[in-house]
Amino acid sequence: MWPDERVVRFVNENFLPARVHVKDDADAFQRYGEKYNAHWTPTVLELDPNGEEQWRTEGFLPLDDFLGQLMLGRAQMDFKQGKWAEAEKRFREIVEKLPKADAAAEALYWTGVSKYKASHDPAALKETAKAFTTRYKDSSWAKKASIWA
Amino acid sequence: MEIKFSHDVDNVLKEAKKQNKPVLLDFSAAPM
Repeated sequence: MWPDERVVRFVNENFLPARVHVKDDADAFQRYGEKYNAHWTPTVLELDPNGEEQWRTEGFLPLDDFLGQLMLGRAQMDFKQGKWAEAEKRFREIVEKLPKADAAAEALYWTGVSKYKASHDPAALKETAKAFTTRYKDSSWAKKASIWA
Repeated sequence: MEIKFSHDVDNVLKEAKKQNKPVLLDFSAAPM
């Protein structure tokens, strides 16, 4: 998954990348494994600039699902910092570029939430609930959004 | 095109703070 051009571009644009290998960096693997409670591979953590974990992807995933998780984590980082417009743009990008990825339904939900947080207009939530009537209907995110209808 | 992973995590964490940029930390067992 790492050699994929889309993943490479996304990582290089958004992160400083670091790796600890279970065998080749055994000491660092143990040290950071304990620090971040990561005891299995592959585990990919997205840390904010202060080194605090913001998102975790554990286990192998097919390419689009993996990229979707990386993008979701980065979008959540903006959301948690109150950067609503940036977060909305990032969540929307997941839905548009990776509509079949596991992350897409969750991204659609948070697109609506980000838009609402920026505008305080309940229409943003209503629109999102409506969108879930045609897409990702069987997802847990559709259930969560149903209260906004 | 590739990702240039650093194996010096301490330094990456320091740089992240300096550059105000997030870090992607990969715990891997893949062949290197």
